[in-house]
Amino acid sequence: MELAYLEISELAEKLRKKEISSVELTKYFLERVKKYGTENELNAFLTITEKEALLQAEEADRILSKDPNASVLTGIPYAAKDLFSTKGIRTTASSKILDQFVPVFDSTVISKLNSEKSVLLGKTNLDEFAHGSSTETSAYGPSKNPWDTTRIPGGSSGGSAAAVAAGLVPFALATETGGSIRLPASLCGVCGWKPTYGRVSRYGVIAMTSSNDSPGTIARSVKDLAYTAEILSGHDAKDSTTSVKDIPNYAANLRSDLKGVKIGVPKEYFVSGMQPEVETKIHEAIEKLKELGAEIIEVSLPLTKYGSLVYAIVTPAEISSNLARFDGIRYGHRSKDAKELLDIYAKSREEGFGDEAKRRIMTGTYALSAGYYDAYYLKAQKVRRLLVNEFNDVFEKVDALVCASVPNVAQKIGTAKDNPLFGYIADQLNIPASMAGLPALSIPCGFAKTEDDTSVEMPVGLQIIGPQWGEQNIFNIGHAYQTITDWHKKYPKGFGE
Amino acid sequence: MEEKNVTNEYTPVIGLEIHVQLKTKSKMFCDSPNNPDETVPNTNICEVCTAQPGTLPVANKEAVRLGTMLGLALNCKIANNCKFDRKSYFYPDLPKGYQISQYDKPIAEHGYLDINVDGVVKRVRIRRAHLEEDAGKNIHPEGLGYSLVDYNRAGCPLIEIVTEPDITSAKEARIFLEELRNIVRYIGAGSADMEKGTMRLEPNISVRKPGQQELPNYKVEVKNINSFKFAESAIEYEIARHIEMLKEGQTPKQVTMGWNEKASQTVEQRSKEEANDYRYFPDPDLPVLKLSDEFISNLQSALPELPAAKRLRFEEEYGLPDEDIQNLVNWKELTEYFEEVVSEIQAWIKAEHTNEDELKLVKMAANWCLQDFSALLNAAKINPSESRITQENFAELLKHIADGKISVTAGKKVFSEMFEHGGEPDHIIEDLGLTQISDTSEIESAIDNVIKSNEKAVLDYKAGQQKSFGFLVGMAMKELKGKGNPQLVNEILKKKLE
Amino acid sequence: MILTTEQVRKIAALARIKLTDDEVEKFRKELSVVLDYVSELEKVNTDGVEEISQVTGLENVLREDIARLSEFRDAIIASFPERKDDFLKIKSIL
Ligand SMILES: [Mg+2]
Ligand SMILES: [Zn+2]
Repeated sequence: MELAYLEISELAEKLRKKEISSVELTKYFLERVKKYGTENELNAFLTITEKEALLQAEEADRILSKDPNASVLTGIPYAAKDLFSTKGIRTTASSKILDQFVPVFDSTVISKLNSEKSVLLGKTNLDEFAHGSSTETSAYGPSKNPWDTTRIPGGSSGGSAAAVAAGLVPFALATETGGSIRLPASLCGVCGWKPTYGRVSRYGVIAMTSSNDSPGTIARSVKDLAYTAEILSGHDAKDSTTSVKDIPNYAANLRSDLKGVKIGVPKEYFVSGMQPEVETKIHEAIEKLKELGAEIIEVSLPLTKYGSLVYAIVTPAEISSNLARFDGIRYGHRSKDAKELLDIYAKSREEGFGDEAKRRIMTGTYALSAGYYDAYYLKAQKVRRLLVNEFNDVFEKVDALVCASVPNVAQKIGTAKDNPLFGYIADQLNIPASMAGLPALSIPCGFAKTEDDTSVEMPVGLQIIGPQWGEQNIFNIGHAYQTITDWHKKYPKGFGE
Repeated sequence: MEEKNVTNEYTPVIGLEIHVQLKTKSKMFCDSPNNPDETVPNTNICEVCTAQPGTLPVANKEAVRLGTMLGLALNCKIANNCKFDRKSYFYPDLPKGYQISQYDKPIAEHGYLDINVDGVVKRVRIRRAHLEEDAGKNIHPEGLGYSLVDYNRAGCPLIEIVTEPDITSAKEARIFLEELRNIVRYIGAGSADMEKGTMRLEPNISVRKPGQQELPNYKVEVKNINSFKFAESAIEYEIARHIEMLKEGQTPKQVTMGWNEKASQTVEQRSKEEANDYRYFPDPDLPVLKLSDEFISNLQSALPELPAAKRLRFEEEYGLPDEDIQNLVNWKELTEYFEEVVSEIQAWIKAEHTNEDELKLVKMAANWCLQDFSALLNAAKINPSESRITQENFAELLKHIADGKISVTAGKKVFSEMFEHGGEPDHIIEDLGLTQISDTSEIESAIDNVIKSNEKAVLDYKAGQQKSFGFLVGMAMKELKGKGNPQLVNEILKKKLE
Repeated sequence: MILTTEQVRKIAALARIKLTDDEVEKFRKELSVVLDYVSELEKVNTDGVEEISQVTGLENVLREDIARLSEFRDAIIASFPERKDDFLKIKSIL
C-alpha cells in the first residue's frame, strides 16, 4: 500500500535514495498486476511480461547505481496498451486476428522508454483495435472499473486507466483517436494526457485513424504526465507527421498559480443529456481555477456538435484502409478452412474481426467508395478545417479551454452494447479537440452519483484543452489545480489496503 | 483536335500507360534497398514494406527529384502542390491492402513528347505522370497448386506515365517507348529496361470505324508485355483483331488481355473481378508536397541534353545519317563515348593545326562506334565505359587510318587488340608490324617488279580488261606484304600503265 | 439513408469480409443508423473551404535516399503463416 498509489516522482526519489531498488519495485507491482489485473479480476492485462521486466529492472538498478542524473522514469514500472508494438512480446490490439501475433520491432515510444530503462510489466486491454469507448469490444472481454467493477472503465484505453486507478502501475501508455485516453481517465479517476497530433510518434502503434491517432499517457498526477511527456515527445524520422518543434522542460516549468492565465469555458460543451451533478463538479473546478488567479472567459465554439459527425466519417474511412493489412497473408490469423485465395481474405477477416471492427470497416468502405467520397470523406475534411479554424480563433483569446471530459459517469458493463452510436456520444466532448489535433488533459475533479444507482458515486473528469503544441499551458493549469485539490490522490478501495 | 479527324479507314486509337522504376538507392517509403537485380527472395524487405502493424511511410526525396526531372523532360507542368493517395485493393503482393499512389494531384501533368516517325515529327500528349510504389511479385510454380510471394520489389519507387490516346500504330507506340526509355536513361532516372521489368507497358487499344469521329466506346488493355518487340506485336495483333470484329459488326469486349509470348497472340485474362472500386483518399500518413518554383526551375536547368536535341545537333553539326543518329542515341553510353572520341579528335585538330577533315573523322568515329565497337561490346556484354579502349586511343587509331599510316584492315586488327588487351595504337601497330608503306620509291620498285613479271595481265589491261588492274594491285600488295598504302598503290600503278 | 441488402453485400465484398445473411441484415440496419447520424453534416456550409490534410499544417516531409538492410528481415519471414524457403506461400492465385 505504501507504494501502490505513489506518484512517479515519489517513487523515483525512493529509487535515488536507495530506499528501494527497481527490482523490488518491479516485483511489488508485478504482484499487484498478477493479483488484481488478470482476466477474472479487473481484466486490465492481456499479457504480463514478468521475465523481461525483471531483467529490465536489474538493468535499471545498474544505471541508478552509477548515474545520479538518471531520468525520473528510470526503473519505474509501467504498462502499455496492447496497441503498441513490442518486439518479441505478443501484441494483440485485443483482436483475434492478432491473437498470437508477436511484433518483430518496438514502437518508437516503447524504444524511448526502453532507453530510459523504464520497466514494462505487461500489455493492457483495450477495445478491439481501439474501436470503442468501454473496452467491451475487446476480443478478451471488458476491463472493469476499479471504483465499481460492474461498470465500464471507459475506452478504448480502459485497461491502462484501470491499471493506474487500481495502483497496479504508476503510469501506463495509452492512445487517443477521439477520447480514448481522456474518457477512461475520467471514468477511472486518473489523469490522462492526449498530446498534440504529431507531438508523439505513432510509429509502431497499430493504426486506427491515422490523421488523429496520438499516443499519450495515463498517470496519477499532472506532474507525472509532464515527466512522461518530456520523454515521449519529439520528432521521429519514421513518422512523417511528427514535429521537429522543441520539447520544453514541461515538469520543471510547472507553476502553482494561474495569475495572468486566461481560461475559456465553451458554452456548447455543457450539452443536453449531461448529468447535472457532473456539471456542478465542473463549475466547482472552474471556481478553483479562479482562486488560483485565472481569468475565466465564456467562449463559444458553435461547430462543436459537428465534431462527432466528422469523426464518424473520417474514423471509419481511415480504419477501413488501415485494417486492410490484416488479411491473413503475411502475419496474424489465417483461416484454417481457406480453400482459395479469396477465402484467405474473407474468412480470415470474418473470423478475426469482431463486430465493431467489421461495422467500422464496412462504414468506411462505403464512405470511400465510388460516388460517395465527396459527400462523406471530403465533406468531413472540409468541416474539419472549419473546426480547426474555430479553435484557432478562440485560442487567440484564451490560453486553454476547460469543460467536462465526459457528460456522464461510468455506466454498467453491457449497457453500451449494440448501440452503434455509443462511442460518438460518450466522446462528444473529446472528439472536437481530437479532430483539431489539440493537446488535452482529463484530470479528476470529484465524484458524481451514477444515473442508474444513486448509492454509487463515480469519478468525474475535468478536461483542459490547449492550442496545438500548447502542452505547457494545460500541464500548468492541471498542476496548479492539483496543488490545491486532492481528487487525484483518491483511490478505489479493495486493492490491497 | 486529333479526335475530330474523320477517317476513311479503320484507325487505331492507342493510349499508353507506362510504369518506370526509378533508380534510387532505397525504396519509395522505407530504407530497404531498391535493387531490381536482387535474386534471393525477400531480401530487401523490412517492417515497413511488408506492412507490419504500426509501420508508417516516409517519402524518398530522390524519388521526388527524379519524378520531377522526368516530368520536366516530358514537357509537363510540375505541380506546386501534390499529394499521395491510397489506392485500395486486395492482392497478396500488395502488403498494406492499398498502394500509395497519386490520384487527383499528380506530380506532373499536361506534357508531350515529340517522336520521329520516318522523318516526320509526331506529338504524343502526356496526360499525367505520377509517383507510386511498386507491388511485390507473385510466382506460380507450374502444377503445384500454390503461389509464392516475394516482396523485394514491394515499395520500390515507380513513375506511371499516361499518354493521351494520340498513337495510331504499333510502330508509333514502339518509337514512343524507345524515346521514353532514352529520356529516362539520359536523365539518370532509371534503366527503363523492358526485359528486366524496370519499364512496363500497358497499352489501351481501340479502333475507330471509317468515318467515326468520336473515340471508340470501348478499349482493351494489354498486360504482360516485356519487350519492345512484343509491344509492337501485341498492339498489331489487337488492332487486327478489333478491325476484324468491327467489320463483322461486333464491338470488342472491354477487357484486359495478356500477351502470350509462345502463342504470339493476346489472351483474355482470367481476372473476372467485379468492377474495381479503388476507394482513393489522401494518405494521412504523408504530408502534402509543396514543390517550389525554385526547386522546379533548378531541376529544369539541370536537365541534360535530351535525345531529340542530341539528334538535331548530330545532324546539324556532323551531318550523320538519320539511322546512325538514331542508333547512337538509342544507346546512351555509346553516345557519350562517341562524343568523347569526337572531343579528342577536335582537340587534336586544334592542337596540331592540321588540315585534317574533322567531319570525315567524326563520321568515321560514328561508324566505328556503331559497327566494330558495338559488335565487340555486345559480344562481351559490356558497356563502352567498361571497355579497355580509351577515347583518346580510339581517336588516335582513327587518325592513323585517316592519314594512311595503316590500312582499314590493319586498323580492325589493332582495334580488336586494343579491345582485348588495351594499349596504345602506336605500340600495337609497331608490335604487329602493321605500319603502311607510303614511301613512293618502295612502292614504285614493287610495282616495277609486278609489271615485269605479269606481262599478260598488263597487256589485258591495256586491251581494256579492267579486272586485270585489280589483279595487278593485288600482286603489288603481296609484294609489299600487305602494307602498301592502297591509294598510293593504285595511283602509281595507273600512272605506270599509261 | 437506408442501405439495401445488395449495397451491404457489395461493401462486404470490397472489404473482403464474409458475412452471413443475418449479419448482412444487422449491418444494413446499423450502417443506416450511422449514415443517418452523419447526414447532419450537410448542414454545414463548406463552400470555398479547402479540405484539410495535416491538422498541424505540416508539409514537405522527405527522407534522404539512403538504403539499409533491415535487421528484421529474418524475423519477418519467420512470421509468415506459411512459407517455402524464403518465399511467402499462399493458395494458388491462378
Ligand atoms: Mg500504377
Ligand atoms: Zn522496406
